[in-house]
Amino acid sequence: MSFAEYSEEIRDGDVAIVYLGHESMMPVKVRHGGQTQTRYGAIRHSADLIGQRYGAKVTCSKGGWVHVLHPTPELWTVTLPHRTQILYSTDIATITLMLELKPGSVVCESGTGSGSLSHAILRSIAPTGHLHTVEFHQQRAQKAEEEFAEHRVDHLVTVTCADVCKDGFGVAGVADAIFLDIPSPWEAVPHAKIALKAHGGRVCSFSPCMEQVQRTCQALLAHNFEEVETLEVVLRVHEVRTVSMPLPDFGPDAPATPQAPPLPASNHATVSLKTTTPPREMPAHTGYLTFATKPRT
Amino acid sequence: MANGGDDDSQYKINEGDYVMLKRGEIYKAVQIQSKKKVMFEKQWLFLDNAVGHLYSTTFEIVPGGQVQPVKPQAAPSAASDAKQAGTDNRNIVDDGKSQKLTRDDIETLKEQGLKGQEIIQQLIDNSSTFRDKTEYAQDKYIKKKKKKYDNKLSILKPTCRIMALMYHGREPGKICHLRYDTLAQMLTLANIHAGSKVLVFETCAGLVLGAVMERMGGYGSVIQMYPGGGPVRAGVENFGFPSHFHDTLHDFPICHVNALLAGTLDTSFKDPSAEASNSNAAVEEEPKMEESKPPEDPANMDTNAGEEQRIDAERESGRDAKAQLKRVKQEERHKKLAAAVAQLKGMNADGLVIASRFHPCPVLMCLIRFLSPSRPFVVYSQYKEPLIECFTKLKERGGTVNLRLTDTWLRHYQVLPNRTHPKLLMSGGGGYLLSGITVETEQSGRSNSEEPVPKKQKLTES
Repeated sequence: MSFAEYSEEIRDGDVAIVYLGHESMMPVKVRHGGQTQTRYGAIRHSADLIGQRYGAKVTCSKGGWVHVLHPTPELWTVTLPHRTQILYSTDIATITLMLELKPGSVVCESGTGSGSLSHAILRSIAPTGHLHTVEFHQQRAQKAEEEFAEHRVDHLVTVTCADVCKDGFGVAGVADAIFLDIPSPWEAVPHAKIALKAHGGRVCSFSPCMEQVQRTCQALLAHNFEEVETLEVVLRVHEVRTVSMPLPDFGPDAPATPQAPPLPASNHATVSLKTTTPPREMPAHTGYLTFATKPRT
Repeated sequence: MANGGDDDSQYKINEGDYVMLKRGEIYKAVQIQSKKKVMFEKQWLFLDNAVGHLYSTTFEIVPGGQVQPVKPQAAPSAASDAKQAGTDNRNIVDDGKSQKLTRDDIETLKEQGLKGQEIIQQLIDNSSTFRDKTEYAQDKYIKKKKKKYDNKLSILKPTCRIMALMYHGREPGKICHLRYDTLAQMLTLANIHAGSKVLVFETCAGLVLGAVMERMGGYGSVIQMYPGGGPVRAGVENFGFPSHFHDTLHDFPICHVNALLAGTLDTSFKDPSAEASNSNAAVEEEPKMEESKPPEDPANMDTNAGEEQRIDAERESGRDAKAQLKRVKQEERHKKLAAAVAQLKGMNADGLVIASRFHPCPVLMCLIRFLSPSRPFVVYSQYKEPLIECFTKLKERGGTVNLRLTDTWLRHYQVLPNRTHPKLLMSGGGGYLLSGITVETEQSGRSNSEEPVPKKQKLTES
């Protein structure tokens, strides 16, 4: 198992995702002799997980069953322990495409936060790319480093504990793409420019507030970035269900056809159909994504 | 290694390169060919002079259609000269006489070889209402004129982002109205990355296939399942991938999937002599059929095919060279198909991406069987209803978790001092996605933890 490479079998030391039911999942560190409690009972790692194929249906001690999934950045995003507010897959997908990330890309990121985006970046740039991620909170930086090692992607990432607005990314002229998720991204714009390759590259800044976006756009334009654009992507989840709609009783038919036998069933007639319903409430805003291109210098 | 990858030589435009032309928000994919006329934004031009320059260079079109690089200057926009602006439009009357220059005047300016920027300045100077317009209206005016008279363009290296933007802007019908944010979701939901084995079924001009290939970076393998006579790859070519990327790309005609799944595909080709008479007809389909021989002896298969072709060639000696070429091509195709069959036979693909104008339900139900357990799949459809059907069928069948039917809204913003607001709302038009993860349906129920799970479990079920 690695977050950047599939494997068939669950092995000791892996991180597996236990799928308990609709949108209910938990990450499990697989250890010989280890045990994990779920609402369906205990899972014994040696007996139930190690040597099993990813995707297997595993019976728990109380007789219920769960599926054990191979970890992916997307599953990690919905199961990871939050140390900060995180980015979700809808924004991550857009960022990855718009920053043109691919195997071999060199990326700078700040802050590392809970590592939700970091894992997705690492997946996309492996096996030849590199991520330089900067986090000013020491404990978070340390925790992220531990997780990258646990997830077997640490060879692709350098975690630096520093203030990106003051110290920059610690690299110059190497990056194809920069991602900023910090309270004052405009202060990091000059550092982003330094970190990017001389040939140019792409930048993204994520900010929840429009005031931050405005200052960032101004800073980007002042530093000769081009193609500055701001966008927002909102995910809509459609719940598939069968609905039935009753038909009203219009009473007995007009006497035009008096000889026809009456239709007794029309009283309780309903029509059922497959449709989707929107969730009662949905996240309407995560953040604005501002993208720009650094031209060749 | 950091800076080593950034020397200019690898960013040079070469003859034969597939490039993207860009003007404003308009993109066009073209190949650099000498003395080749290219139509872009209602203008004929030649790209010969672009060769040797760096990607992202801005060029201007000079009389005669040749392009010439322009020095990147801090172009002072015309607006900065005209600091004077009105506050509202109460005194602006549309009398059709505000522009003092006539059409003939403008034509004369053009013939004099005036640069786009200069013509725009002339238009502004001769507009009686420009100074009374609000700052915003002035900007808008300039933007509009720039679109018309500016003859600059930049040449970019193609990327998935730009290709997706281009197709969505120019030919949404060709890509089933797949918006780029939806494409982005697909690549992420399907966990497309280097080293995996991905099945793609698309009728999006090769855009989705190219996007998948870009994300895999030449590592792993992509198997394109194609309908009809052959795979559509126009979009893939435009990506300009290095040749080793194409070594990882396989294709398989979807019309043989049933035979492959039933195991009848192989046996029907045990007799190559029977095939020989058929292939004389030179039907496109026939050689493909016979290619699906057991992958374990591709060499034998090739010699057979070669022999039968040789007989053909002798018979029609006049078309010798042609036949030879055909034979080589066929042999290549043989090898490729055998390789694709070998890839598929493992029933252990790592991802499945479907985006087509076909009804997605039968495609999904068939191709999902090629996936290993615990692997993501994603199905795109322009319409929601067929995905509702897919959802229902998958629920009945079992073997999947985390099913989600989604779409995304994309909203662009204009961010300018005191003029920030959403630009446009693109709702609905981007299509819908059904995504999920495959799982095993059989309870493992082992008592001995060290006993390996039977490998071909997926094959035997259903």
